[in-house]
Amino acid sequence: MTSNDFFILLPEIIISLYAMLALVIFVYTGKDKHASLSIWLTSGVFLIVAAVVGLNDNTSSTAFNGMFIDDAFSRFVKVVILLAAAVVLVMGQDYAAKRDMLKFEYPLLVAFSVVGMMVMVSAGSLMTLYMGLELQSLALYVIAAFRRDSAKSTEAGLKYFVLGALSSGLLLYGSSLVYGFAGTVKFDGILEATGSGNLSMGLLLGLVFVISGLAFKVSAAPFHMWAPDVYEGAPTPVTAFFATAPKMAAMGLFARVVHDAFGGVVNEWQQIVAVLSIISMFLGAIAAIGQTDIKRLMAYSSIAHMGFALMGLASGTVFGVQAMLIYMTIYVSMNIGTFAFILSMERNGEPVSDLSALNMYSKQEPLKAICFLALMFSMAGVPPLIGFFGKFYVLRAAYEAGLAWLAIAGVIASVIGAFYYIRIVYLMYFGEEIEKLDVSGSRRLTAVLAISALLMISGTFFSLFGIESLASIAAGSLAN
Amino acid sequence: MGIGEIAFYAFSISTLIGGVFTVVSRNPVHSVLWLILSFISAAGLFVLLGAEFVAMLLIIVYVGAVAVLFLFVVMMLDVDFAELKAEMARYFPLGLLIGVIVLIQLMFAFGIWDYSDGYQQRISEVIGSGTNTAELGAIIYDEYILIFQLSGLILLVAMIGAIVLTLRHRDDIKRQDVFAQMMRDPEEAMELKDIKPGQGL
Repeated sequence: MTSNDFFILLPEIIISLYAMLALVIFVYTGKDKHASLSIWLTSGVFLIVAAVVGLNDNTSSTAFNGMFIDDAFSRFVKVVILLAAAVVLVMGQDYAAKRDMLKFEYPLLVAFSVVGMMVMVSAGSLMTLYMGLELQSLALYVIAAFRRDSAKSTEAGLKYFVLGALSSGLLLYGSSLVYGFAGTVKFDGILEATGSGNLSMGLLLGLVFVISGLAFKVSAAPFHMWAPDVYEGAPTPVTAFFATAPKMAAMGLFARVVHDAFGGVVNEWQQIVAVLSIISMFLGAIAAIGQTDIKRLMAYSSIAHMGFALMGLASGTVFGVQAMLIYMTIYVSMNIGTFAFILSMERNGEPVSDLSALNMYSKQEPLKAICFLALMFSMAGVPPLIGFFGKFYVLRAAYEAGLAWLAIAGVIASVIGAFYYIRIVYLMYFGEEIEKLDVSGSRRLTAVLAISALLMISGTFFSLFGIESLASIAAGSLAN
Repeated sequence: MGIGEIAFYAFSISTLIGGVFTVVSRNPVHSVLWLILSFISAAGLFVLLGAEFVAMLLIIVYVGAVAVLFLFVVMMLDVDFAELKAEMARYFPLGLLIGVIVLIQLMFAFGIWDYSDGYQQRISEVIGSGTNTAELGAIIYDEYILIFQLSGLILLVAMIGAIVLTLRHRDDIKRQDVFAQMMRDPEEAMELKDIKPGQGL
């Protein structure tokens, strides 16, 4: 333990210190009166830390004897997490204020969960991984139940908590098996233990348990059952948060574990991840068809998207990790725009999440309808939009790794999935006319929606804003 | 069979029996008591391993605090456990199937106990020569300081969560304001009257 170790952890330390300090200050001065200030401050801190992390181009270094890893991969994922969290926080402010859930603790809990996520993607040992995961999840359980007067919100929180605890149990059991057979919890040690390519039965079992626990956190089928209920029940700003930053973090952690710790035995986990991927893609695509609630629909959509991201990971190559990072970055930026739209859906001042509320929305607000159309087409993977490139990269990664069957299944699932995205567009332009939604007053949400839609359209012309090369550097730094 | 082995089997058997009866007892209070037996036996196993600090921790924290808290909750909450159990019986066959499958898998794993190469070098790096407590202290506050601090943050989040989800500020109730109480002026707050005997007010 040296001061250098702490210096490597500086971004995490800054956010934790900020959150603790702000907590004390807000408790002693005015409490919830300054809740909007606390939202802006937290977002500001996220942006500053994102700049600190992003502009730091030093090569890989480790702290605390290899328990914490700072490399290009972790920096890439952290920047996406921080930016997504900052935007989503500011986005939800009006909604929270209207529904009397604007409390100063909300952004601070988000800050703690972001610290957890940053630790997760930098984890260098199973213990760091677990601590980061718990810190992140515990804060998320609380904010899922944040509208404590609403039965749905508390149900969502409780359900998430119980199932999350179960998944933590699986993960811990797997970790203990891995420790027992490899003799260490550090990733480099596990890599060394499995380096010869032969995996003992116990270690394999541990790996399966760890992957199950992680699949729970990314809500990959068949470990997805919590997602629709939690997405529907949690307040919409919280749902927007769930669908973005934690997904990126869990996926980063997934890549970290399978490549950093089990990179020597790719064949062993490749099949598991491929099966998770294929089930998620089809379940997400088919189960979403019957949904009438847009938040539930987004939950199934995120399950399908996780399937595609896992396809990149299943290829087991460096290019696969790069494809996964590109896919997730695009997914996060699409979801931010989509949730900006969902947050603005109101009728007589009350939030609506019914799909039929969108009927003939284009007549009312043609510009917003066009923006939403771009996002939906991008989600479906229609060519000129950048959602297509995300899918293209993961399909290519799977194909090049010899998983042609998985790539073909992915194409089929994506065609099935396109149905419900396009149905939303159909409803907006050709649906039956019913009671109209309010004309939205929030400029902030409209701006986020417009920027997100513009990114979808213009991404192609600016070669994905250079994400590709950054993701390639990031993927390259992951030990294999 | 030495005394150590006898103790090992005794503790192991009572751990398992405690675990089984925790699940099958009809009375939830009995379940908790069986759970305590299980904890104490596990502590005994830790002592046999030479991990006396962990053993004492298990007794102090789990038996002393967690289990007693559990007991209180079980006794105070009016939960109809018989009904819950009946609900559970519906899923029993499926649960049994999964349990058996996992058991078979574990038998495979533990049956062919097969350490990975170089296991010994990796595992011996943390074992020192001092007492348990001193050795743990030396690594928790040094090598594992990050983990230690993160657990602190997790507990802080748990506390914030508990407060956010349960604390209600109610304006319609009277609160004690110590400062206002102390600042009251005796001259204004009360009036002294000198009442003569036999006269009344």
